[in-house]
Amino acid sequence: MADLLEVTDLHTQFFTRDGVVRAVDGVTFQVAAGETLGIVGESGCGKSVTALSLMRLIPQPPGKIVKGSIMFDGQDILKMDDDDVRGIRGNNIAMIFQDPMTSLNPVLTISRQISEALELHLKMDKSEARKRTIELLELVNIPSAKKRVDDYPHQFSGGMRQRVMIAMALSCNPKLILADEPTTALDVTIQAQILDLLKNLAREFRTAFILITHDLGVVAGMTQRINVMYAGRIVEKADTVELFANPKMPYTWGLLRSIPRLDESRKAKLVPIEGLPPDLIAPPPGCKFEPRCQYRRDVCKEKEPELKHIPNSKSDHEARCWGTQEGGWLVDTDWKREIGDTRLLEAIKQETASVTATPETPPGA
Amino acid sequence: MIPTLFFVALITFALAKAAPGSPFDRNPDKPPRQETIDRWNRFYGLDKPVHEQFILYLTNVAKFDFGISVVRQRPVSDIIGNGFPVTAQLGIQALLLALAVSLPLGVISALRQNTMVDYGSLFFATVGTTIPSFVMAIFFIYIFALGLHLFPITGWGTPQHMVMPTVILALGAAAFLARITRASMLEAIRQDYVRTARSKGLREQVVIVGHVLKNAMIPVATVVGPAAAGLITGSFIIETFFSVPGIGREYVRSILALDYPVIMATTLLYAFFIIVANLSVDLVYGMLDPRIKVAK
Amino acid sequence: MATTASTAQERAAELNVLARKQRSLWGDALYRLMRNKAAVGGLIVIVTAFLVAALAPLIAPYSPIEIPQNPASQMEPLWTGSKYTDPRYLLGTDFLGRDIVSRLIYASRISMIVGFVPTAIVFGLGVTVGMTAGFFGGWLDQALMRFTDIIYAFPDFLFLLIIVASFRNSPFGKLLDGLLLIFVAIAIVGWVGVARLTRGQVLALKEREFVEAARSVGATPRRIMAKHLLPNALAPLIVTAAFAVPGAILGEATLSFLGVGIIPPTPSWGQMINEGFPLFAANPWAVLLPAICISVVMLAFTFVGDGLRDALDPRMKT
Repeated sequence: MADLLEVTDLHTQFFTRDGVVRAVDGVTFQVAAGETLGIVGESGCGKSVTALSLMRLIPQPPGKIVKGSIMFDGQDILKMDDDDVRGIRGNNIAMIFQDPMTSLNPVLTISRQISEALELHLKMDKSEARKRTIELLELVNIPSAKKRVDDYPHQFSGGMRQRVMIAMALSCNPKLILADEPTTALDVTIQAQILDLLKNLAREFRTAFILITHDLGVVAGMTQRINVMYAGRIVEKADTVELFANPKMPYTWGLLRSIPRLDESRKAKLVPIEGLPPDLIAPPPGCKFEPRCQYRRDVCKEKEPELKHIPNSKSDHEARCWGTQEGGWLVDTDWKREIGDTRLLEAIKQETASVTATPETPPGA
Repeated sequence: MIPTLFFVALITFALAKAAPGSPFDRNPDKPPRQETIDRWNRFYGLDKPVHEQFILYLTNVAKFDFGISVVRQRPVSDIIGNGFPVTAQLGIQALLLALAVSLPLGVISALRQNTMVDYGSLFFATVGTTIPSFVMAIFFIYIFALGLHLFPITGWGTPQHMVMPTVILALGAAAFLARITRASMLEAIRQDYVRTARSKGLREQVVIVGHVLKNAMIPVATVVGPAAAGLITGSFIIETFFSVPGIGREYVRSILALDYPVIMATTLLYAFFIIVANLSVDLVYGMLDPRIKVAK
Repeated sequence: MATTASTAQERAAELNVLARKQRSLWGDALYRLMRNKAAVGGLIVIVTAFLVAALAPLIAPYSPIEIPQNPASQMEPLWTGSKYTDPRYLLGTDFLGRDIVSRLIYASRISMIVGFVPTAIVFGLGVTVGMTAGFFGGWLDQALMRFTDIIYAFPDFLFLLIIVASFRNSPFGKLLDGLLLIFVAIAIVGWVGVARLTRGQVLALKEREFVEAARSVGATPRRIMAKHLLPNALAPLIVTAAFAVPGAILGEATLSFLGVGIIPPTPSWGQMINEGFPLFAANPWAVLLPAICISVVMLAFTFVGDGLRDALDPRMKT
């Protein structure tokens, strides 16, 4: 059976005064119906832009999807005309945004904001839409839904607002929901509740999810597969369990090492990833992670590795690294023990310090 | 409000009293006889000690008796009663015209940023808020009255008379409102909830009208009150220029002639409007923005 | 400092790594201001006006106030081609036969002085009071707030008018052809707004960490105010000052137009309009020319003010 979503060689760029920013630089992945995919990476790696590209929500003047295809349910979204794309938005594909306070319109009731999509896509009339809205609010566990349906966003707490957004996304029974950092703006305890809710909804309605986050802890419990992104490309693809058990890319190793773990000895140090993220206008020619990688060799600077299957891993596990690919020098490395060349680590630290500007004046007016 | 008005009255009174000269020596060649002056002083109560005069004045004001104009020999309430409707009419006309022009202009210019319409409206806004009204009036008169003979220069009464004063008075307010509308729209369009609305598949038109406008209009609506007050209190230049028989023109005359009763009354009236307008800002905010509750 | 900056940029380029831009707050603002063509144009106009005002005695062809022997009054500017022109007077003459060019030039002096001097007073006084009130709080702050409420209730210009009209017949009002009175009036009306603005800034900045840090090191209140609060509050103050200058110029022009400003025969643009207005139909350019001068100068200041505001607005920083 064909996948629900097939993204092939997607390129999204932003044309700015300082140059062309290659925010998404050749991304290919698939999502099956009912599956939850995690996209993980630091800020600026292109994960949000990828999601916005899927719905063609990239602001046109500076941004543009310059290449690629997005096959959803057999149709290429990038080739559709505007009306058809609008027909899909909120209907077959829906999105949950990061900050529920700013993502909800403060002067409209949540009833109006949820009913809008129902009236538009499902052609409901006002009373049907209202009934359905109340049902949706109850579905996401908002207490006294009937009374609160005419409230305004500011009358809800952060966690409640995010539930409202989730209800909004679910309203027309989409086949795919894109969740862009859905819990980042929330307290940790609320985070757990929201993630739980999403998980249950995914299971109950068999909705596919793409969960975008920088937090590895979030994807661990929620996803079946994970894409790790860096500098606009996917640098590792694997099943969730496989990724955490057997990561095969130095960046992923760095990510996993920077998380404090309960099962580690107290003496174990957190090893952060040194260096700065790459300039997306003029990225390095070889591997994009090379400047910060303590396992690097000359070949890494010269040529960019492709995303390929790697030895010693499951069949669908791919990574973009010269070192871990067939014949590479990291194929048998135990990443937990071998931290790599510490002199190289130091050198990277020095390079970063020489480049970072010191702020001159105190925070200005 | 009352304490503020009290101090306004106090300061104005003090200034008027501190000013050298009296309203009686209009004609330096033929100064009135001393006994005439004494008689007038008694009549107007100007022979009493200053603080007594002030208290007397305040008690009269509480009874809505604003005294008699020294220069015109008529009750001040009459003068205000005749002049104020004219000013009010001029002000309201100007306000309506300003709104009718500036709101659409501001909205369109925000939606079509960096196009001819936008640059045009920015130019209009800059010129309108920068160039003083009497200078504008001069240019207008030169072109439309002297050049094209379309409108009379002075006077009030017929629609032709009203056009130029209204238009010029509206200009400043329109420029200001257009600027605010545009800025507010631009701010609103940048917000995250617009992206959310689009992600639901709504047409752009629906997004703008249903989601953006309501937010963008709130700051604009709050500013209408002060703009109206500004029009009413600022019309004096236009009135003087075009000889419109409104309260503004009277006010200028009374200041130049040191006609205390008229000065006091009109100042209080203007101050009252300004205070009300400022209060209205919070009120309007409370009415339009669900996030703000006005404590009653 | 510059060399370290450029080498850092080079290193950054080498590593294909994003380096933070090195410009300081003021350098960045200046750079942005210079790129704003309208603001630069405005600055050129202002500097020109300044020079014209300063060099007035050298460049004005005639005296601005002397009435010539056989006056050729109400002459039109040469380029209008009307029969009422006199080759001696480029832009014509006013109703008393005085050369308009010379009067315009000398009038620019009034405008420049009226623009900058009261503004300086307003800011000196307003900033000091506002900062003290904001920093120390207490009764001074309360008193200031009540006071500003009252002043705000007066329409700006009308208050100005009342003050000027009240005192113009007094000996004080006659000093400097009425200029001193205008200064004082503008200063009285204007300082309050500046004080309030400064107070607001101080209140906001007072709670920031760097103030606490300075205090913990034992800095005196005066030192804190001068070295820490003022520089950070400066940006909106600069913008306000940039708009206060044309406001003052406009105030004087309006007062003179109404006949209570500068005492004739000293020319100011508003005064020239006032004198020429009764004869507008017959001799329009005597009124139009000073009107144009006012417009150009006001626009220039507005462009500069807008440019400064855009340049100093931290929100635009990327």
